[in-house]
Amino acid sequence: MNNLIVLIPLLPLLGFIINGIGNKKLSNGVISTIASGAIFGSFVISVVLFFTLRHSFEQAPIVVHLFNWIDFGNFHVPMAFQLDALSSLMLLIITGVGFLIHIFSTGYMSHETDFARYFAYLNLFCFSMLMLVLANNFLVMFIGWEGVGLCSYLLIGFWFTNKEYTAAARKAFVMNRIGDLAFIGALFMMYQNFGSLEYEQVFKVARTFSVDSHTMTIITVLLFIGATGKSAQIPLYTWLPDAMAGPTPVSALIHAATMVTAGIFMIVRSHVLFNLAPWTMDLIAVVGVLTAIVAAAIAITQNDIKKVLAYSTVSQLGFMFLALGLGAYSAAMFHVMTHAFFKALLFLGSGSVIHACSGNQDIRTMGGLKKHMPITHATFLVGCLAIAGIPFFSGFFSKDEILAFAFDQQPILWIVAAITAGLTAFYMFRLYFLTFRGTFRGTHEQEYHLHESPVSMTVPLIILAILASLAGFLGLPHVMGHNILEHFLSVNGNVLNLSSGAEVALMVVSVSIATIGIFIAYYLYVKRSMVPEADATPKAMTYRWSQNKFYVDELYDYLILKPIHFISKIMYSGIELLGIDALVNGSGNMVTGTGNTIKYLQYGKTSYYLFAMIIFIVVILFSLFI
Amino acid sequence: MFLLTLILVPLVAGVLLSLLGNDKLPSQRIALIVSIAVFIASLGLLGNFGLDQSTTLNWIPALNIHFSLAADGLSKLMIVLTTLLVPFIIATGNSQNKNNHVLYGLILMMQTGLLGVFTASDGFLFYVFWELALIPIYFIAAFWSKDQNRINITLKFFIYTIFGSLFMLVAIIYLGLKGDSFSIEAIYATGKALPAATQSWVFWCLFIAFAIKMPIFPFHTWQPNTYVASSTQGTMLLSGIMLKMGIYGCMRWLLPVVPLGVKEWQTLVIVLCVIGIVYTSLIAMVQTDIKRMTAYSSIAHVGLIAAGIFAQTPEGMMGASLQMLAHGINVVALFYIVALIARRTGTRTMADLGGIAQQAPKFATLFMVVMLGTIALPLTNGFVGEFLLLSAVFSFSGVAMAFAGLTIIFGAIYMINAYRAVMYGELNPISSKFTDLTTAELMVLAPLATLVIVLGVYPSPVIHLVEPALKGLLGV
Repeated sequence: MNNLIVLIPLLPLLGFIINGIGNKKLSNGVISTIASGAIFGSFVISVVLFFTLRHSFEQAPIVVHLFNWIDFGNFHVPMAFQLDALSSLMLLIITGVGFLIHIFSTGYMSHETDFARYFAYLNLFCFSMLMLVLANNFLVMFIGWEGVGLCSYLLIGFWFTNKEYTAAARKAFVMNRIGDLAFIGALFMMYQNFGSLEYEQVFKVARTFSVDSHTMTIITVLLFIGATGKSAQIPLYTWLPDAMAGPTPVSALIHAATMVTAGIFMIVRSHVLFNLAPWTMDLIAVVGVLTAIVAAAIAITQNDIKKVLAYSTVSQLGFMFLALGLGAYSAAMFHVMTHAFFKALLFLGSGSVIHACSGNQDIRTMGGLKKHMPITHATFLVGCLAIAGIPFFSGFFSKDEILAFAFDQQPILWIVAAITAGLTAFYMFRLYFLTFRGTFRGTHEQEYHLHESPVSMTVPLIILAILASLAGFLGLPHVMGHNILEHFLSVNGNVLNLSSGAEVALMVVSVSIATIGIFIAYYLYVKRSMVPEADATPKAMTYRWSQNKFYVDELYDYLILKPIHFISKIMYSGIELLGIDALVNGSGNMVTGTGNTIKYLQYGKTSYYLFAMIIFIVVILFSLFI
Repeated sequence: MFLLTLILVPLVAGVLLSLLGNDKLPSQRIALIVSIAVFIASLGLLGNFGLDQSTTLNWIPALNIHFSLAADGLSKLMIVLTTLLVPFIIATGNSQNKNNHVLYGLILMMQTGLLGVFTASDGFLFYVFWELALIPIYFIAAFWSKDQNRINITLKFFIYTIFGSLFMLVAIIYLGLKGDSFSIEAIYATGKALPAATQSWVFWCLFIAFAIKMPIFPFHTWQPNTYVASSTQGTMLLSGIMLKMGIYGCMRWLLPVVPLGVKEWQTLVIVLCVIGIVYTSLIAMVQTDIKRMTAYSSIAHVGLIAAGIFAQTPEGMMGASLQMLAHGINVVALFYIVALIARRTGTRTMADLGGIAQQAPKFATLFMVVMLGTIALPLTNGFVGEFLLLSAVFSFSGVAMAFAGLTIIFGAIYMINAYRAVMYGELNPISSKFTDLTTAELMVLAPLATLVIVLGVYPSPVIHLVEPALKGLLGV
């Protein structure tokens, strides 16, 4: 039974191999059946294992040892998997949402010539992500960690004839690798201090360390830097908006529901370490809340449907990190789950819209899609209500839990987070109203083409909409009942010390803020039928700053990229060619006494004389001894 | 006598081929068959077949010099690395070159030199093989290349390395005469017994030779020019196998010989290595010629190997062993990829290319796999070695690791840039000349790419092969 765990990552790997090798020889039907079948198989196994084993998780994780990956001296790293409450929750999200997105893709990508390559990459991604969550040590986790980065790179640059897309892919990979360097550093420190990279051993030894010790702080900060790369937090968040160059289902799966939550998963997985590093926890909370508000402030002025959702993802991930920083691990995972549902829903919905608009992504030229695409419209609205935190959609519960923790521990964080929640409601409904309400603002030709998407795309939307509506009941606040998820995960973090009255009051406040956000959006874009102006029109400075993403990309370019390029140039043409090499040639000349060997060497014959001389010396030396 | 035969067969075949052969003979095929036979025979060393692992013959009794060979785990790894790569290197060549019989004869002769270096257990014999390997490669690199400056450049390489190895000769003679024997055990014993000050200069004599060969910053300037100017096969031999002579030299003929000298200069050497990693990675990022970029990336990789060795931990030695194998495979595959691009399009300037991925999907896939191995993605052959090496550098100094670790980022940048420039984007008139791999080409690149994955997923056999030998070298 336990060995079934191995099949979970193995099936998508097989799908990748078959579609990767079969490539052009297989028909689209076969390709999508293999790819979707593989991930569906993993999903079924995940569900079966969840229901049969969920009670045994409380005692000990189930470990399956495959083989010794690296094993010598004191260095042991097995290729081994571990199933416990945390990994089984992630398995269900990845395989469940992953399967729906595979199905959606069969419709969305049906016109694509490179159908097989797309599905092969998608399967490879699922394999990597499943490795990441199933690992039983940090190095196997790192396989998945880097693997998802690779797949993200391959899928962002899927349409590789476009140089801009491949530049976005490169940016994603490199920024991830900056985080990975820190991650590796953390692994070395763990190995040095705990003598192992296996979770159980690491946490056991770590518990003997005192709170706030330097070692623990450095390890956790390094891990956190790793997480900022993968999960798009300040300062390594700028790759995620660019990653929208990839096909939209990819944005839904990788850049919303799964990969970008790897950083949160990793911190929850190593919460034993983080509990011992309060300083790092404060850092995480501050970075999280700052990322949340900065990204939200950018999202409010974006006109590209996917860019809005991308910044929204960065912002929501910020909420999750805020939760982590507050020690609210279960709340963070709760938001990971609800966000996976509603953000995958929103991205797929936007995909459906883009599909109908023949590739157009500019919301200024959309509008009135409600009557053309009833299913997409209804499900997208559910997604918006969920992310805005309207009771009793899933986002309401998960976001309110985080806000309650913030209020309990540090009211300033709560204020910033609450403002962000208001901004979130505003930009999501700005997006919704501009896209679906009012009248169509494109050409007649475009309007003629508007159509609802095929069943393969609408069914996943409907299922996700149901999940986005109902998943919140798994994590009810104390005033309403029992938090099933928290009980199931039973991660040892901080607990909430709020009275029931305070809890209810907080809910009222946050719902009011969300309603205000929605109302403003309604007033501007429905009542006054405002449409964001063309890029060229002069705007207020604050608006310009937001629209230009606070010029962070430009800042990085001037502060980091340009200087490195400049230094490299200097090193090559200055130090390397004119410095070291000239010195070597110069000393060569001095030894041979010619003063200008190079000149002599250019007369072919001299070189042969010199060569003969060397050979001669060698022969003499040999003969002396023989 | 098995070991001796294994080593001498290529020499005999090579001499016969170059002396008796002519342009009508299918020299490439003959050499290929010989090298594959040698490879298969060398696998016999890995199993427990009762084959002898060492040979000792009297050579110069007056000076206690023996013709003695021995193969422990590390040597076996190097033997297999050599015998594995040589057939590939032979197969990448052109079958219609003029004087092909001399070329392939020289390649086989060089193989003997290399195998001798990796198995010699007598200091003087080690030196003889060391130089024996150099002479064929000089001719291969210089005379089968089309580069205009090849004569000057390869000559500079030749003089530079000879210059270094003469110091090594001095050290070996000194140790041999002092201990009245050139056998490796005697040299270890003599070296260890020397006072620290003497060990210090012996260290430098040996180190200079190895550092130039690898090469380590700042002794590296011969390398990019030589790699670029040489024939493809010359470059592969130099980068895939010959530079490992320097690394192997450090592991076998430096660390255990003068431990006090190593201790004295360890910090300086690691600092040089780390500077070299960052410096050459930065330079690799601004190269326009893909061959020169690959050459600089090789210096960066070798710098990390050397740094790991000089950290003197079990992780560093193991990482170095794994990485020598991985680097050999990856760099030969990379230079082959470069050669394919240059042969088909007539240019190595990355900016002139683009869009090849849509034209040649098989090539694109295999190039991708090799690239991933080079940037050390987990589950490729580059990862475990690089991880262990960085961990060794970390145990020496966290700051050093932070800088050495930049290779993770910079390596990704220059490799991805190169791949993007060559493979992605729109086709242009130059790159549209590129046709996908022929079966013969696939037969070279596909096995190499397979090894990239297999050794990354399951490095255990290699680890177990070298582990006991490394323990001995570290004196654990």
